Amino acid sequence: MDRTRRSFLKGLAYAGGTAAVSAVPAVASEKRQAPDDAVGMLYDTTRCIGCKACVVACHEANDLPPDTRGNPLHDAPQSLNDRTKNIIKLYKEEGRRSYMKQQCMHCIDPACVGACMIGALQKREYGIVTWESSRCIGCRYCQVACPYNVPKFEWEEANPRIIKCELCNHRLAEGKEPACCEVCPRDAVIYGKYDDLLAEAKKRLADHPGRYVDKIYGEHDGGGTQVLYLSHVPFEKLGLPELGDEGVPKLNRTIQHGVYKGMIAPAALYVAMGAVMLRNRRKDDKGGES
Amino acid sequence: MSEHKATPVGGSLMTPTTWTLLVIFLIGAALTAWRFTVGLGPSTGLSDGYPWGLWIAFDVVTGTALACGGYAVALLVYIFNKGKYHPLVRPALLTSALGYTVAAIGIIIDVGRPWFIWRIPISVGKWNLDSALLEVALCVMAYVMVLWIELSPAFLEKWQDSGHTGLASFSRGLSKFMDKALIWLIALGMLLPTMHQSSLGSVIMLAGPRLHALWHTPWLPFLYLVSCIAMGYAVVVMESTLSSRAFGRQREDKMLASLSGVTSGILFLFVAVRFVDLFLRGRGPLLFSEGYYSVMFWLETILFLVPAVMLAGSRGRARIGTMFRASVMIALAGSLYRFDSYLVAFNPGPGWSYFPSVPEVVITLGLVAMEIMVFIMLVKSFPILSGTSPMPAHRK
Repeated sequence: MDRTRRSFLKGLAYAGGTAAVSAVPAVASEKRQAPDDAVGMLYDTTRCIGCKACVVACHEANDLPPDTRGNPLHDAPQSLNDRTKNIIKLYKEEGRRSYMKQQCMHCIDPACVGACMIGALQKREYGIVTWESSRCIGCRYCQVACPYNVPKFEWEEANPRIIKCELCNHRLAEGKEPACCEVCPRDAVIYGKYDDLLAEAKKRLADHPGRYVDKIYGEHDGGGTQVLYLSHVPFEKLGLPELGDEGVPKLNRTIQHGVYKGMIAPAALYVAMGAVMLRNRRKDDKGGES
Repeated sequence: MSEHKATPVGGSLMTPTTWTLLVIFLIGAALTAWRFTVGLGPSTGLSDGYPWGLWIAFDVVTGTALACGGYAVALLVYIFNKGKYHPLVRPALLTSALGYTVAAIGIIIDVGRPWFIWRIPISVGKWNLDSALLEVALCVMAYVMVLWIELSPAFLEKWQDSGHTGLASFSRGLSKFMDKALIWLIALGMLLPTMHQSSLGSVIMLAGPRLHALWHTPWLPFLYLVSCIAMGYAVVVMESTLSSRAFGRQREDKMLASLSGVTSGILFLFVAVRFVDLFLRGRGPLLFSEGYYSVMFWLETILFLVPAVMLAGSRGRARIGTMFRASVMIALAGSLYRFDSYLVAFNPGPGWSYFPSVPEVVITLGLVAMEIMVFIMLVKSFPILSGTSPMPAHRK
């Protein structure tokens, strides 16, 4: 009995150890880069006046029903939801206030895409994270995984969809900008090529030292996002989480690909277990005869 | 060894107990039909902040771990060649098959668009190999089938003696084939849970920044795997004790005692890995600084350690009462660990809360009721339990 227990535990420890060790070299593997054709948005809190024209324009452009659930007279969503892909929120404290625009960040290494079983959510053209109905079973793992709490689910539908900003890719196809960027009267949010936006953000930081927190949110955060933020208040006050520079799905990918690389480890384990059982059976048969 | 031959328990299928279970199941089934017409919003406490609730945390994540008896006992019997545990295999397999079937039904009820589930196994080219959930989905689908096939000799044995000659000869033929093929099937029956039980840890690991630092660790897959084996053994002990009482069969006390010894070692390993990992990554101080979260962590740790100590000595293992109580605690410990990592320690940010709705709870109860009802009916009708003296058959 004791021997069994020992070898059993040893086996377990070994399996875990192997998984951990084989994961180590892969951790150093390359960081994902934005695709060459990547586009995105740059939002600047110092320019936003909170007019919410972008919220209305987003509703129209994406054919979303008005959200009158909080207030029957107005289209007044409380947060991103199944009818709202873009929202302006107010952050206020003693002597300081800021608006905050929320929508999909179009991560360079998106957690939702890492989660999605058969690729309903994927980075498609221009690095835009889009949702494809026919591949979604409504498991909501994307919602669990997204550190920005962006994908929304149609809770009141019998055949629900995932609702999220897709950077107005239907408008991009017509040569137009995303609706929120087009209507913004102060250019608080602008659309452009990812590289250009990053350069513009760096220029603003350099031109106006002291106006902003000295950081571009999204340049590195969570592996980088194609929507970038400049702010005069700390980013965490605006609800942007501190994620570190690694892509959120990286740890999972490392372990998943480490353990299951080419299905070699599972196949080996399978054959080994079968072989042990065959040997056991032969031993038993012999024992029975003698 | 004749007392170890499995026999049907016999007796009437519809007793007050099974009638009660049937009623609970039917209420759950009616609520399930309603859930599909109104959507998940009105029927559950779920929200965009807490997209997963009781059904995922209990029916799927905890339920399949409690259903690891078949996996855990198969490891002992077939890999470590402890043939003496053989009488535990069939009842453990049945509990597993039922537990996994319930989990599969739970998933169908929980997802928003279950009519597309069939696309997962066939969309090979579209598989996202980064997704631990894909692996869980594929493994669970396969494993449900494997479990019922592993259990099929119990059905075939009975049907071989059936008066219906076609069924009898079919069963005899299939039995012969199964005898040869079973080893490779059993191997699959051990590989699949090794894969997906660890992957259930990977699934919630992706919630990374939103999962509390006391729970989030690269060791999540390992901890899930180790704890599910302990839970599997615990359930085997509980199921063996309860069924010996309910059906007046001989108990496998000695067998359970040495099983409990293995379990104790696994529990110590689980706690040790958890603490060493926390300290190595400098998260030791969180054990006391996180209020409610720290309390939950310690509660889990106590629930893991107390049965580990109870079962460590041969004196504790000599008493069936001690083993039973320890096993209940192990099941609770593993369940709490899973609830904590999927719900309690999951923090989507301010403004969100979750508590299961009444329909969520009743649907879950309905599934559990069905599981127990089918277990009772099957052990009465088919050779699954050993050491019973068949009751006079009233049925038919």
